[in-house]
Amino acid sequence: MIYGVSYIAIVFFLLFVTFVIGLSFYFARKTKSASSYYAAGGQIHWAVNGVAFAGDYLSAASFLGICGMIAMVGFDGFLYSIGFLAGWIVALFLVAEPMKRLGKYTFTDALNSKFNNRGITLAAAISTLVISIFYLIPQMVGAGDLVTPLLGLPHWVGVVLVGIIVIFIVATAGMTSTTYVQFIKGGLLIVFSTILSIYIFNNGLNLKPSIGDMKFKEYMLFDAQVENGKVIAVDGYEVKDQQAVKGIEVVKLEKEGIARWFNVVEKEGAYKVSEMLSIAEDEKGDLLYNGEFKENGKFYQVGHMSKIVVDGKEVEKTGPVGPFEFLSAIENGEIVRLTELKFKDNGKKVAAYYQNYTSGKDFMLPGLKYKIGKGSTLWDKIDFISLMLALFLGTAALPHILIRYYTVPSQRDARKSTILAIAAIGTFYILTLFMGLGAAVNGVFDVESSNMSAPLLAKAFGVGIFSIISAVAFSTILGTVAGLIIASSGAIAHDLYDNYMQRNPSDEQKVKAGKIAAFAVGILAIGLGISFKGMNVSFLVGWAFAVAASANLPAILFILFWSKTTAKGIIASIIAGIVSALAIILTSPTMWDRYGLDSADAIHRLENPAIISFTISVIVIYVVSLATQKEQLATETVEV
Amino acid sequence: MHHGPTVELGVDLASKKKARLGVWFFFLYFIFYAGFVAIGVFNYELLSIKVFGQNLAIVYGIGLIVFAVVLGIIYNAICTRYENQLNKEEKA
Repeated sequence: MIYGVSYIAIVFFLLFVTFVIGLSFYFARKTKSASSYYAAGGQIHWAVNGVAFAGDYLSAASFLGICGMIAMVGFDGFLYSIGFLAGWIVALFLVAEPMKRLGKYTFTDALNSKFNNRGITLAAAISTLVISIFYLIPQMVGAGDLVTPLLGLPHWVGVVLVGIIVIFIVATAGMTSTTYVQFIKGGLLIVFSTILSIYIFNNGLNLKPSIGDMKFKEYMLFDAQVENGKVIAVDGYEVKDQQAVKGIEVVKLEKEGIARWFNVVEKEGAYKVSEMLSIAEDEKGDLLYNGEFKENGKFYQVGHMSKIVVDGKEVEKTGPVGPFEFLSAIENGEIVRLTELKFKDNGKKVAAYYQNYTSGKDFMLPGLKYKIGKGSTLWDKIDFISLMLALFLGTAALPHILIRYYTVPSQRDARKSTILAIAAIGTFYILTLFMGLGAAVNGVFDVESSNMSAPLLAKAFGVGIFSIISAVAFSTILGTVAGLIIASSGAIAHDLYDNYMQRNPSDEQKVKAGKIAAFAVGILAIGLGISFKGMNVSFLVGWAFAVAASANLPAILFILFWSKTTAKGIIASIIAGIVSALAIILTSPTMWDRYGLDSADAIHRLENPAIISFTISVIVIYVVSLATQKEQLATETVEV
Repeated sequence: MHHGPTVELGVDLASKKKARLGVWFFFLYFIFYAGFVAIGVFNYELLSIKVFGQNLAIVYGIGLIVFAVVLGIIYNAICTRYENQLNKEEKA
């Protein structure tokens, strides 16, 4: 997408990000000087902790990814909202209390509580590393997406920027992500999402949405002469090429030296060609947006309704609506989504987006991404179940989620803040539905990346709300990335280097190892963030959830609820979970597409691995534990 | 980054009962959640029927979010009662 630079937005943005980073440092220093870090936590009010909990949990995936996916594929995006919240409550009910009973607070501690085994340390460190890296990818992709419309910079610059800032923070000062910073971020995110939703309702629905500077894009539509399925003439244009892509006839038409792509539409025997948006390589390898150079600004944000029905009557616009009226009007209407077709023209890559008329009924049901209705295959259904399983079980298996449950003065306060957090997170997730749908129908959608839907909608409503929302999202990414890099470097330097390899390094060496590890992981994250550009961040987080659910959850549940679990069982299960989940992800249709191959040729059809990898991990821990009972008993006897 | 608890939570005699309650609540929520997935997979058409003016998918989806909050509140109330009862008995 082509974005102009808004200096007011940049100023707002920089002020806010500086404020947040400054606040982090301020609290980090204050925490260090306090006689006890732990006692300081005890003074935090449960309500502050509750909102901070929401701030912790609502990462870039929630705000950028879910809204984006809803804007792109409707209800299927909302599945992530449902699953993310459900997963969280599973963590609370099934893992938090029993784990506290064990007296342990992190997964590695809990896994090792019984055996104190080096193999478990190694497996847990690898699993922490893999999950953190999977979680890092979407954060970096989101960071790159954010700076594009904000600063007018390319995606990779945003990724590098976040990487450098975070490596700098981690390497120079270390970072204690404080409760107050998370409180401010979480609170602002919910308040501004509510404001954005009110804007959406107040704005209502319009067949030709024009909000602020965003003018409605009128698509060209011409009569075409067609013979034997081939377009032979279009008034004023020269027909250059025609090919069928996924059952759609696309035609290249040229006028005054500018080539544009159209798709052929037939209505009652008459043929027309309808304008597509396109990004195509020219002979020199430069990208042309709708046939022209980027600077000419001929590429557009999209998404509108082609039919609005209110009380059984078709209308051009609705005026202000309530939340339920808004949902009904979309369901009874018709939405124009721009769907991507990738193909080659004389050996040069083309990505073209055609107007895909989708009934509101289909848009408001699952099925546009995860096909489960008519025409779906068994694999489609398994994929849907697998996604819902990963979202449900993933949260409870993420290494960093449960920690905050123990960071308030009393158990009662812990639970009270948890309830507030669930309510805040739940409210936010319901708002994602309105923000995502709002972005789908108000002509703000960026076909190159769905992730920016909610911020771009905010941009249409005003530069103030846009810059604050972008800054909140950006600082959330900074916080999450810093946390993940520290966790990964901890896994390498502390668990692997110190505990597993038993090098007994000095404190100075440990810090050095940690910093080198943080730098290496940071560089890796930058590389991955650039190579996964354009992918929806929620979808990517879905993978992190699947890996976490497969690698960690069987181990933790078995150790909590089955006394025959052995150390070897735990190690085997973690490794089996990681390997099987990774194997399925790396051979999935989406990855095939990433490798530059045809996704239809992928060796299987499964996008979400959890249904297989979680099951494998459960079977492995059960079988290996049974098989190593004697060995375990012998080890325990020797230790006694 | 600090990963430890901020405070020691002390001995809690209600812990086992709360864990059991948690398992029950987990299954209760799981059934409701699995119901949504099962309708999608086995009877997709049902998701489009109208309930309170919206389709079932929207109502069920929002319902799952609201149910999580409600269940959390009930869980909190029962856990608090357990703690009051059992931990007081011990002190007495």
